[in-house]
Amino acid sequence: MITVDDVTIGYGNIAGLTAVDAVSLTINDNEILGIAGESGSGKSTLMRAVYGDFSTGLRIRSGSIRGRFTDPRTGAVLESDSRDFPRLWWDQISYVPQGSMSVLNPLMKVEQQVIDGLPARERGNDRRALRARIARFLEGFGLPETVLDAFPHQLSGGMRQRVLVAIAAFVNPRLILADEPTTALDVVVQKKILLMMVEIQRRLRNSLVLVSHDLGVHYQITDRLAVMYRGKIVEVGRTRDIFANPRHDYTKALIAALPRLGGERARAGKEAAL
Amino acid sequence: MTGTPVLEVRQVSRVYKRGGLFSTKAFKAVDSVSLTLPETPQVYSIVGESGSGKTTLARMILRLVEPSDGEIRLLGRPLTGKGPDRISNFEFRRLVQPIFQNPFEAFSAYLPVETYLRRTALNLKIAASQAEAAPVVDAALRSVGLSLERIAGKYIRQFSGGELQRISVARALIPNPKLIVADEPVSMVDASLRMSIVNLFKQIVEEKGVSFIYITHDLSTAYYLSDHVAIMNTGRIVEQGVPGEILDHPTQDYTRELMAAIPTIGARWTELEEIDRRYAVQEQKPAAPAPAEPETTNP
Repeated sequence: MITVDDVTIGYGNIAGLTAVDAVSLTINDNEILGIAGESGSGKSTLMRAVYGDFSTGLRIRSGSIRGRFTDPRTGAVLESDSRDFPRLWWDQISYVPQGSMSVLNPLMKVEQQVIDGLPARERGNDRRALRARIARFLEGFGLPETVLDAFPHQLSGGMRQRVLVAIAAFVNPRLILADEPTTALDVVVQKKILLMMVEIQRRLRNSLVLVSHDLGVHYQITDRLAVMYRGKIVEVGRTRDIFANPRHDYTKALIAALPRLGGERARAGKEAAL
Repeated sequence: MTGTPVLEVRQVSRVYKRGGLFSTKAFKAVDSVSLTLPETPQVYSIVGESGSGKTTLARMILRLVEPSDGEIRLLGRPLTGKGPDRISNFEFRRLVQPIFQNPFEAFSAYLPVETYLRRTALNLKIAASQAEAAPVVDAALRSVGLSLERIAGKYIRQFSGGELQRISVARALIPNPKLIVADEPVSMVDASLRMSIVNLFKQIVEEKGVSFIYITHDLSTAYYLSDHVAIMNTGRIVEQGVPGEILDHPTQDYTRELMAAIPTIGARWTELEEIDRRYAVQEQKPAAPAPAEPETTNP
């Protein structure tokens, strides 16, 4: 699906600023790939480069990112370099951003925003039929048709984020990229959104890339996992194998740092590690 | 347990009006909540999802929101109402300090971060002059593993979220308060740094005798950290007690739901297994297309 080959990425023309350092990674068909790492590890930069969004001054200094998309409707195969990916947005590639409030237009009802994002082939001429189709799709994920008539501020944060996920999936893209889609949402809402994303991926049999700093989320939903640290991928493999047998010290530290229900509790100052 | 409780919340409610100017519709964000923090310093966690009323409760304890009904007492003296022994704002700021969710919003981007710590020391009259403030600020920073030298002249964007949250903790420690109210202090901090902040709270309780109210949606850190847990749902405390007991024997479906929503390591959510079954994801043979077919076509 996507082949990231020895890619180094920086910002602008500042020679010393390298966010992603000689990274190679394959995104396979029909899988959920997780990218873990803390802030500043380069996971969002890598994600943006895979999306082909160079508007933030991001530059691929060396290496290449290439995509191979098979259209499920026609069977046609399309090969492309990430520089040309913007032509495939909301068609072959969808993106789920973190802040649902800052990407939805507060002055427009949800319905209009969903329709505006659709490629011409999906839009058709019959607006009512289209709306019915979108409503049916939303209902499949437990979202009532009334969300289409709401302004973004009338929906809760979790509801807005689910609308974004639904919009991203509606066009049946081959690749969905989700950058911290549930960060800052509470655990109950987070679970609903994650389950929805897994269901979408299993149904469409496409590729989903999930960026998150929460290893628990990766354990739950990803098939494969890449762990990033200081711009490099330090470990990649099947999620199950990584958790069973982490190789890199950083991965071990990340797994050890997770609190567990029923696990050990903090004791009187002794373990108060700084 | 003898002595005056640090904090007593008695039958406190907060009602918000809903709808237009003349609307009579009301919404109870917090509904008759009572809780007591005993004299012994400890961590008291309030756990619930968004909209459960936990932040409104915290804001009432921080005196940022006035309760519609009920009473809050700090060290035996009223925090609310208009009585003569009501704690003054100045006293209150020395006794109770907040830590907020987003440290990048807690400090302005236009002044060096140390300015806020110095101002806290000066405003609360912990130090009388800038010269006196420096050692006070430095001591507070050292208790969170930083120092004035390390943060001097730096602005928020030069710190990571974890470091900045540590500085928030240091700022809260300056007046040597009795109580710190921390509202989702780690939900914006990277998972890898969360535990170090949480451990820091524990250390402060032990070493400085400060009590914490820890507001969170994350039962796992609450379980790890607290001496007492209260579960909030739709404005009410539905269950409370020692963390081990609550999690081993939850009496409320809501508590069970909160527990089941934690993305734990070790056991996948049953809903995920169900989705995989429905779409027939073959766990063992990811590469083999339609693995069931050869068997059925075999003669």
